[in-house]
Amino acid sequence: MSMNIYVTHRIHEAGLKIVQAHCGAYDMNPDERRLSQEELIEHVRGRDGVLCILNNRIDVVVLDAAGPQCKVFANYGSGVGNIDVAAATQRGVAITHTPLEAVPGYNEATADHAWALLFSVARRIAEADRFMRSGQWTGWGPMQFLGADVTGRTLGVVGAGQIGTLVAMRSRGFDMNVLYFDKVPNPTLEKHLGARRVELNELLAESDFVTIHVKLLPETTHLINAESFQRMKDTAILVNAARGPIVDEKALLEALQKGEIAGAGMDVYENEPRFEPGLGKLDNVVMTPHLGVATHGARSRMAELAARDLVAVLKGERPEHCVNPEVIKKQ
Amino acid sequence: MEMERKVSMSFNVYVTRRIPDAGLEIVEKHCGKYDMNPEDRVLVRDELLEGVRGRDGVLCLLTDTIDADVFEAAGPQCKVFANYAVGSNNIDVEEATRRGIVVTNTPGVLTDATADLAWALLFSMARRIVESDKFMRTGKWTGWGPMQFLGADITGRTLGIVGAGRIGSAMAKKSRGFEMKVLYYDTVPNAELEKALGARRVELDELLAESDFVSVHVPLLPETTHLIDAAALKKMKKTAILINSSRGPVVEEKALREALKNGTIAGAGLDVYEKEPIAEPGLEKLDNVVMIPHLGSATKATRSKMAELAANNLVAALKGETPPNCINPEALKA
Repeated sequence: MSMNIYVTHRIHEAGLKIVQAHCGAYDMNPDERRLSQEELIEHVRGRDGVLCILNNRIDVVVLDAAGPQCKVFANYGSGVGNIDVAAATQRGVAITHTPLEAVPGYNEATADHAWALLFSVARRIAEADRFMRSGQWTGWGPMQFLGADVTGRTLGVVGAGQIGTLVAMRSRGFDMNVLYFDKVPNPTLEKHLGARRVELNELLAESDFVTIHVKLLPETTHLINAESFQRMKDTAILVNAARGPIVDEKALLEALQKGEIAGAGMDVYENEPRFEPGLGKLDNVVMTPHLGVATHGARSRMAELAARDLVAVLKGERPEHCVNPEVIKKQ
Repeated sequence: MEMERKVSMSFNVYVTRRIPDAGLEIVEKHCGKYDMNPEDRVLVRDELLEGVRGRDGVLCLLTDTIDADVFEAAGPQCKVFANYAVGSNNIDVEEATRRGIVVTNTPGVLTDATADLAWALLFSMARRIVESDKFMRTGKWTGWGPMQFLGADITGRTLGIVGAGRIGSAMAKKSRGFEMKVLYYDTVPNAELEKALGARRVELDELLAESDFVSVHVPLLPETTHLIDAAALKKMKKTAILINSSRGPVVEEKALREALKNGTIAGAGLDVYEKEPIAEPGLEKLDNVVMIPHLGSATKATRSKMAELAANNLVAALKGETPPNCINPEALKA
């Protein structure tokens, strides 16, 4: 089957192999960057199908540029907020996506990343690695890079939904006292870990590690603010692998500078891809570029899902995860 | 009364390098004043010989070589060398015993901290924390991308423990929440790991071939020197990560550097080195290694506990009591 396919951003080769096997050659954005809207419009022209990512805006202009022969935009992403689905449906273009529930290991990867941030801040790994590479180490010393114990301390989980629960359950081997803050009780955590549901203020005051896993909503925006940092222990570490705007980043910078808390591990930022200037100068912060799900396992399964659905639509078969299935019947 | 007590409690004590306050406070309370190396560095030989002269007791570190010359310099009144370390291979214990000098150490308090550190190295290497943090700080990030810094999954993978002693077992048990398959290599079976985790004891070659993460926890012995050499690294998966927080010479560092450069294995987390404080040149240029300066027990709480133990041992010996962690009790009889 020879089809005219465009891939807007390089994805895991597990997905690209499927596209190649079923569609023959395909074109792909060769650069490690997001296409501009003009480039996107240019490249989708005349394609039978497009594999796009969640930071491409697929609107009427893009759909019209693709042309009437175009059958599918397969979105590499859980949501379809970047796509004008109604316009696609009108034009008979199927929209597929890669829902979280369909990607085994997706939430586990995020939970693992929260732990990776927690440990690298607690044991000052990034800072100590910079020192080691500078060649300045003159030998072991009893006071060098003293960090925080993890085993036996108190873990505070803000938001005990799917990911928050996985993060908490991962503390089992570390004999931690677990507190959580959520609107509803979480029997799993209470049963398996003896976790205790508390008010946010109590969690902040008593936890050695505070890790955030709430959704971004108007009422969770700046949920962690200047006042929260004052409530936290001065030895405590904050981890945010959820969404940037949940933490007031300016207030965090000040709290870290003043020593109101001991450290922070961040995977997300209020105004990505920028972060509060000044954070980059601090040794007691570890910053990663939104890597929650950045594992070979999770990303290869996402790429496979997106590619399989692209191929399915083009072959006239039923895609697994289509948000406008009424289009498929017409096709 | 007050006078008398002060006099009876006054001992001439030397501390070879600053340790956490928790320990120094005990020394001060029980011994009165003490002298201490004022600089945050190892004493050179002559300074050590000078520093110990005429002392009743010395609190020393793993980095001080304590031999017959040092005991001789200290003098016949010296009762104790309290080592601030889990080991005592820096001290000629036989010679100390012959002279009736008590030697103590600080065992048992650093198991969890050291096992935690092995996990910290595993996590930071698997999820490429150091490398991506360095990138973030350059200010070059232009936004999320599906292929940026892809790392290794941890949950559900296979953890291989080389040496299932105290620290190796602790490392293994901390995997519980991550639903890992655990393999271990040891000269003797570890019933606890088998029961608690369903861990399986295997030959080293099988462990190397099947593990996604290989964590080394054997003691340094002639037969464990270069236990992980070029051949061992070749047996590992290309996607595997090696963690060494035990002793540097257990891993052949040149071979490791080559394996990391050639992609024989995916990454390494190192806390110890063959020739500390020097790491094999070239390692510092690699992104697929995390390297830290021997921080196994480096937490505030652990180091405070070590300092307290060392100080309590010192004080007990000076008072003529049996110290809690005496490694040559026969010296007391002398």
